[in-house]
Amino acid sequence: MDLRKLVAKAHETGDYSELIATIPYAVTIGLECERFGDEIMFKLPSKKSNIGNPILPAIHGGVIGGFMEISASLYLLMFQDMPTLPKIVDISLDYLRAGLDRDTYVECKLTRQGSRVANVIVTAWQKSRSEPIALARAHFLFT
Amino acid sequence: MKNDPVLFGQVSRFVGSLAQCSELGIKPVLAASNVLTLELPYSQSIIGNPDTGVIHGGAITTLMDTASGSVVICGLDEFELCPTLDLRVDYMHAAEPGKPVFAKATCYKITKNIIFTRCIAYQDSDEEPVAQCVATFMRIGAEATPLSFRQMVMGAQSGGGKGTNSGAKSAAKSGTEQKGQE
Repeated sequence: MDLRKLVAKAHETGDYSELIATIPYAVTIGLECERFGDEIMFKLPSKKSNIGNPILPAIHGGVIGGFMEISASLYLLMFQDMPTLPKIVDISLDYLRAGLDRDTYVECKLTRQGSRVANVIVTAWQKSRSEPIALARAHFLFT
Repeated sequence: MKNDPVLFGQVSRFVGSLAQCSELGIKPVLAASNVLTLELPYSQSIIGNPDTGVIHGGAITTLMDTASGSVVICGLDEFELCPTLDLRVDYMHAAEPGKPVFAKATCYKITKNIIFTRCIAYQDSDEEPVAQCVATFMRIGAEATPLSFRQMVMGAQSGGGKGTNSGAKSAAKSGTEQKGQE
């Protein structure tokens, strides 16, 4: 599968669904992606099977982490001209608020890119960008 | 390590109540005083790299978050829901496709407000980890967890009070308390 071609096509049409459909885990949690101008926003629509806390109910912390991780790797794939998805080295997650059973959004920011490794900061929010539910820093290795 | 049937029942009921764990097929394989091992079966739905069939790190994060969050049941006298404060995951190498991944978690420090945990994810041997994780959990107190949910997790025997837990856990707990008083 030529990911570069898929990325180019997605950038051209603004439809990222075909690219996302190639990653089964992204499909399992229900990840979506939208472009606004030159910016990319990742979305995780509310989904019953993503719940981890049945009392609130709230999204499983692992799903929030997985969503942030996959968003960061897709972000690198889309903007750094890579032939494959980068490999995750580590991720450090701070949970700030319960991720309630509603749509969640993720924004990524490339902090530093070297020749072999990239550092990405990821912010996840629901109600408002100014009230993030989780923050993450992740390192990725290019293969 | 010997399995503790009481703790195993509590962890099974708790993990069974988490929709995402049912979705991924995460289930306990061993529960003892302060130790818990969970299993994540391999499946097509958690693949992160379709060319190699390697599972996505996010599924391992979910496995480790669940193991670290559930091992508090094996460390506390009474069940309380403990929200995750932070989680740091290091991925050592890709998990081999087709095989399950196990996560072994321990609470290495329990304080009045915070629980500190460690967890490793592995396939064939825990000496060759796929990933490693340290996490902290906030204690909100048993009272803040709805009684019906507490009773569901603790099992029919418990009326929400203490004293129905395994001897092994009570012994470990009182040992910790004694140390704290010295």
